Amino acid sequence: MRNAFADELTQLAKQNNKVVLLSGDIGNKLFDKFKNVDETRFYNCGVAEANMMGVAAGMALSGLRPVVYTITPFTTTRCFEQIRVDACYHKAPVIIVGTGAGLSYAELGPTHHSLEDIAILRTLPRMRVLAPCDATELRLALRAALHEDGPVYIRIGKKGEPPIHAKTPNFKIGKAIVVRTGTDVALISTGTIMPEALRAAELLAERGISAEVISFHSVKPLDQEYLEQACARFQLLATVEEHGRIGGLGSAISEWRTARQTTPMQISFGTDDEFMYEVGSQDYARQKYGLTASNIANKVLTALNKL
Amino acid sequence: MSQLFEIQEWARILRSRIIETSHKAEMPHLGSCLSCTDILATLYHSVLRIDATNPRAVTRDRFILSKGHGAPALFQVLAMRGFYPEAMLDEYGKDGGVFAEHPPTPDHLPGIEAATGSLGHGLPMGLGMALAGRIQGHRYHVYVLLSDGECNEGSVWEAAMLAASQRVGNLCVIIDFNKWQATGRSEEILALNPLAEKWRAFGWHACEIDGHDIQAILDSVARFPREDGKPTAIIAHTVKGKGVSFMEDDNNWHYRIPTAEEVVLSKKELGVTV
Repeated sequence: MRNAFADELTQLAKQNNKVVLLSGDIGNKLFDKFKNVDETRFYNCGVAEANMMGVAAGMALSGLRPVVYTITPFTTTRCFEQIRVDACYHKAPVIIVGTGAGLSYAELGPTHHSLEDIAILRTLPRMRVLAPCDATELRLALRAALHEDGPVYIRIGKKGEPPIHAKTPNFKIGKAIVVRTGTDVALISTGTIMPEALRAAELLAERGISAEVISFHSVKPLDQEYLEQACARFQLLATVEEHGRIGGLGSAISEWRTARQTTPMQISFGTDDEFMYEVGSQDYARQKYGLTASNIANKVLTALNKL
Repeated sequence: MSQLFEIQEWARILRSRIIETSHKAEMPHLGSCLSCTDILATLYHSVLRIDATNPRAVTRDRFILSKGHGAPALFQVLAMRGFYPEAMLDEYGKDGGVFAEHPPTPDHLPGIEAATGSLGHGLPMGLGMALAGRIQGHRYHVYVLLSDGECNEGSVWEAAMLAASQRVGNLCVIIDFNKWQATGRSEEILALNPLAEKWRAFGWHACEIDGHDIQAILDSVARFPREDGKPTAIIAHTVKGKGVSFMEDDNNWHYRIPTAEEVVLSKKELGVTV
């Protein structure tokens, strides 16, 4: 995904001389092609993320379209106040990209896990929060973000995420993409956990349950139109995200449903309210927190049986 | 009238208005406003290449009051420079208005470049503006006024290092070094000295001046930008509460609001009769 990011941003920099890339001392070599387009529009801001975010906001207020890139915790929780004040309060069109989001860097330990970023960033007025499910969606998200007049946060994986979209989908911020149609349950997924949601749908199909799978790449704004009709069509909504269950997509949809006082029942898949102290790969961590196709399918079946 | 005399007049009137407004609107941070009044008067009278009738001109110089609690002084000098009528300041502190304890966002008041108030934000933003000027081929200058207490913030030094490595020569920091922060002497709270040496060690040109000597302020900014591309830091030694004998160097005036009698006394000392 990060290679797609570097490639897409390089294309965008060729087309738009306002695009500037700020990196927090990561991606050595990754941005060589970008630098070849225009080295005066690439800044390695060092291991100093608070400053990097402020610099980006200052650039955005002076007519540029800065893109800030580093590992997710350092471009979100580390410099939250700069995002809040410099970017959001000023309506500065800064694009913030967090790489290795969720449990992508599971084996690096909780300092590098990012399971709170959606929660904290969606509290900020004017912020858009996007979590594309694959490289294609990421490319489209970047292009769309450049047309926004305020800050946009994009959380992405690292590398090797499987492609989901065979064809280029119609991408619009705030419009969910139906990846697989169904009639019994909606699996509303955001970000790179999508393959597990799709396999869960296959497992459910074997048990005679028709699951619709949706890429909810926009956690903020939510696709309210889709949610309205999903509430009418399904008995159960299940949210799936590689993020804590506190404050993520599941919470966002719960809040929306509370305001609307709508049925149906909702269950949420995400990580527990804890740090992962033991060592483990991304697959291990996903299993630990029930973010696997089999667990999703089983829990959905149990929930449907209770209805 | 000479330039020097005019700026001194601006500063005298500004001080009087700041003190009156503090009393009327019950705005704190009087001492912090009075320590940077001469710097603001000099910049807005004679240094900044700005046009009050075209406040968003792409090629304008930028000034950021990073010590946002000095906003009562900034609001007055912007009116004096013609960005809005002075009568607008009668609305100071009123519900639904725009004049408060800290600067609003640029789209809410002409002449404002950044909504500061949380310390340590102005320099990174100013650095971004300075880099944007260089990238886009504009020759504007960016000035950022910091307080000494603000130099507690790590983001100030993060920005200082990036400005030096990128040789952002169109960036000028002025430090209102009044030796106080909210609750005590700035040197005692976090070891600040030697401040000019710190900036030099971080790759900047640094000079020390009397921040109430108008000619010294003019001379120091005239040496900016430097030909070698290094950014500039002007350490302006100032007195908190400058201009009123019973406020000078008394940190109670960080939060205290003057009484009606104290306003009269202050104006008498400043020689302002209106």
